[in-house]
Amino acid sequence: MNEMTPSREERTANLKGTGCARKRVEDARFTQGKGNYVDDVKLPGMLFGDFVRSPHAHARVTSIDPAAALALPGVVAVLTAKDLEPLNLHWMPTLAGDRQMVLADGKVLFQGQEVAFVVAEDRYIAADAVDLVEVEYEDLPVVVDPYKALEDDAPVLREDLEGQDEGAHGPRRHHNHIFRWEAGDREAAEAAIGGSEVVVSERIYYQRTHPCPLETCGCVASMDKVNGKLTVRGTFQAPHVVRTVASLLSGIDEHNIRVISPDIGGGFGNKVGVYPGYVCAIVASIVTGVPVKWVEDRMENLMATAFARDYWMDGTISATKDGRITGLKAHVIADHGAFDACADPTKFPAGFFHICTGSYDIPAAHVAVDGVYTNKAPGGVAYRCSFRVTEAAYMIERLIEILAAKLDMDAAELRRINFIKADQFPYQSALGWEYDSGDYHTAWEKALRAVGYEGLRAEQAQRIADFKAGKTRKLLGIGLTHFTEIVGAGPVKNCDILGMGMFDSCEIRIHPTGSAIARLGTISQGQGHATTFAQILASETGIPADQITIEEGDTDTAPYGLGTYGSRSTPVAGAATAMAGRKIRAKAQMIAAYLLEVHDDDLEWDVDRFAVKGATERFKTMAEIAYAAYNQAIPGIEPGLEAVSYYDPPNMTYPFGAYICVMEIDVDTGEHGIRQFYALDDCGTRINPMVIEGQVHGGLTEALAIAMGQEIAYDDIGNVKTGTLMDFFLPTAWETPNYTTDWTETPSPHHPIGAKGVGESPNVGGVPAFSNAVHDAFRAFGLTQSHMPHDHWRIWKIAHDLGLHG
Amino acid sequence: MIPGVFEYHRPGAVAEAVALLRAHGDEARVVAGGHSLIPMMKLRMAAPEHLIDLQGLDELRGIEIGAEIRIGAMTTQHEILTHSGLAEAAPIMAEAARQIADPQVRYLGTIGGNVANGDPGNDMPGLMQCLDARFTLAGPDGTREVAARDFFESAFMTTREEEEILTSINFARPTGGWAYEKLKRKIGDYATAAAAVQIAVEGGKVTAAAIAMTNLSDVPVLSAGAAAALTGTGCGPEAVKAAVDAMQADIDPVEDNRGPVEFKRHVAGVILARAIARAFERA
Ligand SMILES: Cc1cc2nc3c(=O)[nH]c(=O)nc-3n(C[C@H](O)[C@H](O)[C@H](O)COP(=O)(O)OP(=O)(O)OC[C@H]3O[C@@H](n4cnc5c(N)ncnc54)[C@H](O)[C@@H]3O)c2cc1C
Repeated sequence: MNEMTPSREERTANLKGTGCARKRVEDARFTQGKGNYVDDVKLPGMLFGDFVRSPHAHARVTSIDPAAALALPGVVAVLTAKDLEPLNLHWMPTLAGDRQMVLADGKVLFQGQEVAFVVAEDRYIAADAVDLVEVEYEDLPVVVDPYKALEDDAPVLREDLEGQDEGAHGPRRHHNHIFRWEAGDREAAEAAIGGSEVVVSERIYYQRTHPCPLETCGCVASMDKVNGKLTVRGTFQAPHVVRTVASLLSGIDEHNIRVISPDIGGGFGNKVGVYPGYVCAIVASIVTGVPVKWVEDRMENLMATAFARDYWMDGTISATKDGRITGLKAHVIADHGAFDACADPTKFPAGFFHICTGSYDIPAAHVAVDGVYTNKAPGGVAYRCSFRVTEAAYMIERLIEILAAKLDMDAAELRRINFIKADQFPYQSALGWEYDSGDYHTAWEKALRAVGYEGLRAEQAQRIADFKAGKTRKLLGIGLTHFTEIVGAGPVKNCDILGMGMFDSCEIRIHPTGSAIARLGTISQGQGHATTFAQILASETGIPADQITIEEGDTDTAPYGLGTYGSRSTPVAGAATAMAGRKIRAKAQMIAAYLLEVHDDDLEWDVDRFAVKGATERFKTMAEIAYAAYNQAIPGIEPGLEAVSYYDPPNMTYPFGAYICVMEIDVDTGEHGIRQFYALDDCGTRINPMVIEGQVHGGLTEALAIAMGQEIAYDDIGNVKTGTLMDFFLPTAWETPNYTTDWTETPSPHHPIGAKGVGESPNVGGVPAFSNAVHDAFRAFGLTQSHMPHDHWRIWKIAHDLGLHG
Repeated sequence: MIPGVFEYHRPGAVAEAVALLRAHGDEARVVAGGHSLIPMMKLRMAAPEHLIDLQGLDELRGIEIGAEIRIGAMTTQHEILTHSGLAEAAPIMAEAARQIADPQVRYLGTIGGNVANGDPGNDMPGLMQCLDARFTLAGPDGTREVAARDFFESAFMTTREEEEILTSINFARPTGGWAYEKLKRKIGDYATAAAAVQIAVEGGKVTAAAIAMTNLSDVPVLSAGAAAALTGTGCGPEAVKAAVDAMQADIDPVEDNRGPVEFKRHVAGVILARAIARAFERA
């Protein structure tokens, strides 16, 4: 028997546990077009809903006449706010403590707002009927500029809030003001800055953009009038929260609601919130007694469901003349659109923006954020980042570059001087965070060496000389970024959404033959949970990952959890998985002790088995133990092998990374070419290097999109100018550069397996890296700040304004 | 993004298609590759009640290379891109086709649809003007020929009568050097600015030139002034500058998401200068 035992290395490899570049188990179905998305759901008798949307950004709705639509054969109903009012569903609460119209109640506040919901026998009839609903509007003055929204004589956008001086997050200072949120010590920051040798201030705009997942938002609501059960299948990043919200809103008992997230084609924050489409589909199904499907199209998705960013950041940073940063101050005007529908933890209306001291040891800092209403779509979601972290990282990484220019110092050196040192962790930031772990200097030097930084700077100097001599019309930009993320929301003591603490969960059942199923409170939208969570469990329980099914997204079967966004799945649900695995192992140890007739303490864990200390030829594998758990009466031990863990993280995790982008810029056309992109990520313990690399590639490509072209732009009267993929930039393989990925590994000290989360890092770090490359190319010619997106004409304008076109 | 209700027809002969057009008047539209028309129908900016599909008309397909080049209206951009005879006889065609949209669109989109559409963003109209092509139109009273240079009236308006079908495009084998240069934001985008240039050169001097610009006015812009500025020169910096100046006097760009007017005028000049340089080098 002993000779037959494979080596420890072989057994470890067989598990495909943590550290293994296991192929994604999801991909077999996705790459064959066999996924099951919401729009694939077809239920008998299903009806289709479609919205009449406002063409105006701000108008009074004087009448809605559905007669012609109702006369069209196949049209079942047309819902308006008047129909929802008796149910008190014409408005709904937002995740940010505000309220939002489900259907236009007397007025509309943004272009694309939902005005009426048409229900018909098929989606073609529904689309025809939408055109037949006659709505009369009376134009009101439109405000798209958040600064103008705060002027004294600005039109009142939210008449429903008139006279309410107190908002969900403290006093409102103006009729279009939502909240003021602050962190840090204002006096200390101002004193530090005031006494400094060098101070720079800059307004940095992070433009409004959109997560634009490949699959748009939608749901199928199905009310079974016989058993009183409502089932909602939808594109939900947080199915359990949706169930609770649906119960609170509808009055249906929570046990009678089942929410299912099937395969989801990308979320990126767009699918966290609750949308009017869900409410209307549910109401329509309750009214008609048959299933109702609502799936938005691409233009609706871009125009009406949650946008991201739109932060006007006034940053000030100060330093000694040899480059020691002394203080940081920021004031942000946050354009939230018509309703505050951010999906942030309740106590953080500006998310974790106060991570904006970044990777630097800044002794004094203060930030204040003012939320403002405008005639734009609501949202402000965390698009592939933890809440407002990409805004924070962009601001600090731009300010560092601007400060370096002012100091006439190399920006890599300025960072080096100011990094938090490895021995300072856990590090208390001036804005109140406790960074768990990091080794920034090591990562930074590795990155600079990898790209041959000195050589690049020499090449750049030569290029500038050649440009000035008329030998070339191309400039070279070297975009540096060292970012620190804050993910894994979060400790229940200060993180909740609608009162629900932001723990997460895992429930494991080991089957008698030693395979297993684990269910989690999160939901994958492409992150590869079915692959990586099985790996965590394999390492904890000794069951090969290939024999573990991971299931998420059905609230009737999965344990309660807060869902997947903000890179929280691995830090929180991943931790729960490890902890539940350890409970399994603890029970397994007792069973093994009984089977081997030794004391529990006489056993040691060895990859996939418990062996007797000092006599390792005597062992029981996890498979043997599982069998015994179901087939043998063991005194004092319940049958079965199951465990559940609800994990409340003691702290956030703080992934970080060093990114360097080398960019060629055509001064005459504004075109760019990315010659090299190096991305070093430190996400703590690396569960699956291949999945990490895939996440980094995807996140960098979205960062490229945002930095170089993406925006949701409005004209002066609130028309969306970028409502299709012709104008909203979604990169294809052609625009996507080659990436070089690298890593260091600094485990999180408080996470059970030391993992930190990575899915969003490349977006957080990528945006400043691309943008800094553009700025860096023009630094020698005096450029301080130019707002994103850096599309052709904006880059051209930089060159033009600097007089480079002769 | 769902079109209105329409009836679908698939005629087997040009005469039948013309008869259908005549029967249904302005409620009918022909559809070729559908890659301009169907997006407009999905946006309900076009809502034809009768859609007459030209895919069944084999007589509208094919490329013939003789002293003249004849391209059937239903020839796809992909076929233009991969036709070896055409690559030799009029290499500018493939160079331009390659810069239209993306492979999926090019498999279906046709040259006939591209010019009949009359969209200032389409690339073929400018190119056809540069090559001095002639369009053959079949109507109830037979066929007639219209010069590409007389075809485009304003955005989406051409001299084609509602009851006419574009059947083929003819042009003389171009001589000399060529270039189709296009600035666009991304794959699948229409031009921010594009230039079609043909230059004939003898003894280092330009003997004839044709220059047309795309998406810089509500119609393609054939710049006779720019062509004249090159003629008789060796395409040195001064001649190129004169051509650019002349072209810039002829265009009339409007601001859109691609950028403001000032930018478009400037990059139109950059693109034209690059096209001239490449065409001259190839001549
Ligand atoms: C994503 C995308 C990107 C694109 N990018 C570009 C680009 O960069 N450059 C570019 O030039 N084009 C571009 N296009 C348009 C594409 O090339 C179209 O295929 C082309 O404009 C129209 O050709 P079609 O065969 O598809 O015509 P259709 O869409 O079928 O028809 C267009 C119009 O022409 C009429 N028509 C068609 N054929 C005839 C005929 N034989 N006689 C009379 N009338 C006729 C139709 O009635 C209709 O009004 C793009 C399209 C898409 C979807």
